[in-house]
Amino acid sequence: MGQPMGEKILLAHGSGSRLSHDLISKVLTPVIMNPVLARMDDSAVMDMSGRLAFTTDSYVVNPIFFPGGDIGRLAVCGTVNDLSMSGARPLYLSLALIIEEGLDIDDLSRIMESVREAADEAGIQIVTGDTKVVNRGKADRLFINTAGIGLIESGADISGSSARPGDKIILSGGIGEHGMAVMSQREGLHFSLPVVSDCAPLNHLVAAMIAVSSNIRSLRDPTRGGLACTLNEFAKQSDVGIVIEEDKIPVHDGVRGLCELLGLDPLYIANEGKLVAVVAEADVADVLSAMRKNKYARQAAVIGKVTAEHRGRVVMKTRIGASRIVDMPVGEILPRIC
Amino acid sequence: MKFIDEFRDTDLVRRLAGKIAMVSTRPARLMEFCGGHTVAIMRNGIRQLLPPRIEMLSGPGCPVCVTANSDIDKAIALASLPEVIITTFGDMLRVPGSYSSLQHARAAGGDVRVVYSTQDALQTARDNPNRPVIFLGVGFETTAPTIALAVLQAEKDKIDNFYVLCQLKLTPPAMRALLDLGETRLNGILCPGHVSAIIGTRPYEAYARDYGVACVVAGFEPVDILQAVEMLVQQVEDGVARVEIAYTRGVRPEGNVKALELMNRVFDTTGACWRGIGKIAESGLQLKNKYARFDAGLQFEVKLPQAREHAGCRCGEVLRGVITPFDCMLFSKVCTPETPVGPCMVSSEGSCAAYYQYGAADG
Repeated sequence: MGQPMGEKILLAHGSGSRLSHDLISKVLTPVIMNPVLARMDDSAVMDMSGRLAFTTDSYVVNPIFFPGGDIGRLAVCGTVNDLSMSGARPLYLSLALIIEEGLDIDDLSRIMESVREAADEAGIQIVTGDTKVVNRGKADRLFINTAGIGLIESGADISGSSARPGDKIILSGGIGEHGMAVMSQREGLHFSLPVVSDCAPLNHLVAAMIAVSSNIRSLRDPTRGGLACTLNEFAKQSDVGIVIEEDKIPVHDGVRGLCELLGLDPLYIANEGKLVAVVAEADVADVLSAMRKNKYARQAAVIGKVTAEHRGRVVMKTRIGASRIVDMPVGEILPRIC
Repeated sequence: MKFIDEFRDTDLVRRLAGKIAMVSTRPARLMEFCGGHTVAIMRNGIRQLLPPRIEMLSGPGCPVCVTANSDIDKAIALASLPEVIITTFGDMLRVPGSYSSLQHARAAGGDVRVVYSTQDALQTARDNPNRPVIFLGVGFETTAPTIALAVLQAEKDKIDNFYVLCQLKLTPPAMRALLDLGETRLNGILCPGHVSAIIGTRPYEAYARDYGVACVVAGFEPVDILQAVEMLVQQVEDGVARVEIAYTRGVRPEGNVKALELMNRVFDTTGACWRGIGKIAESGLQLKNKYARFDAGLQFEVKLPQAREHAGCRCGEVLRGVITPFDCMLFSKVCTPETPVGPCMVSSEGSCAAYYQYGAADG
């Protein structure tokens, strides 16, 4: 029995009935099939040895489709990137769907296609999963949880607490694109500016960086809270100061325009395909040139440095030559009133 | 980006800062009235480029900050009424009233929605014809015309479930009240850019004439602000006080005639209560009798708690420019953006929030 076009998810699709099995075997698993998943037992069984990295994240983005991606691509990239930022090679992923009754099965299929595309690009296998359907109003169309396992092969100990005075801060490209792409789609905001989410798997980029340098101290993808949040985390975890230069930070014109209009600061806006690296000064040139060969980091640049002064704080040299503190973001980021 | 990068040009900024340092020989106390200016000054670190004898004080020009506790209490009470949908600009959500905030009212089940324009609020009313939709009309002359337009449109389209809680305030009377108080002994005022785009510069003439205070209308980019400061300093040095426009690409002396007409059609002036300053005659706007059916203040009866101020909070003095946020005992200790005690720490344009967020690296 195939799923006719235009059909919607019913509560029965999550009940363990034949409908559930049809959904799993016809809509979900064929798209992402691989030998481990094909066993269809209660657990995925894999052979692994070495230092493992293990992470999980839940995705509740609204809307579930946005310029440059959707919740499926996000759920794969987000977890792949979390593994990558620990210096791990992402290998296996779990995928759990919480579906609100009434979701179009066509939409679900599109999202599964995105999941597959992103997983293929990252070279990761989805080896286990789960599907639940909840009553209308109990979820917002679709929530996804993914967990990922990766292998740390290099000897590197990449951590937010490893930054040292003298190290340089490298950013892989323009900031704020994911956050503004999603915001521009949200209810009540009818902008048609071409801001596209940067959502992308960064594991190949990180692999290229690790291949040329064993002195990458810290790596992080500045997601919620943006660049400002990540730099503050580094400064606090490593007990160092950080100085960045405003005019070195790439910001796409569409992002700037939207931020100006809404009174937001791109430093605090989420990214899903960017990374910040703290790298020993001697290795900066090699790391930068390796990064710029990757399509997700053509604009990679040194944006600042680690200092022994003002420990725990991030200071920005403004475009006009003054300096100001860049603090942690506070609460919900709200547009201004006038 | 066009029309922005030119006004952030580093060379131009340096040249202006150099010129100010050269021209300035005597102390000058200047106040930026507008919260938008305070943020721009802090965010760009503009104070660091000025000689120490030029003092920049922050004024009461953040609409959320000057909204009296009792007015916020009223909005919260309305949010608790059954079926009512409150629409508001985002800044109002976290502002503490006497006992609660709209954010808390929402968590307790109130339907409070953030909108980005009065048109969105009107659309919410169209989409929910069986529920009262109240827009929280907080703001200055910049917001007032858009609210006037929404009311006229609601009348024309017969949208009878749309209401405005009108707490709009006017800038010039508050400026005069500050000058009358005389606490800050100002030499010059950096006049608000967006407000002046609406009201023009005529209202400021009296302040230059009667109080001998230099007035220059400024835009919001570093070059705009420094150019205006340079013009103010020049007036102070020359011992004159007049009204000038530095923000010529945004402001004409006569203002926006069309917007002013809209405001006159829909609103009457009335006395209004400003946090930190108190009641100021003719400093607020209310809907004319003709539009009373859109007035949430008249159409809904709510029981208000006894308004109270938070002990130790010195937002009032901050708003009057008598102290800087650093002088308040609560600042950054008890009162932070996560746990704001006073409104100046909440609004993105509040002085305390700007000082907290962007405080000079060396200060």
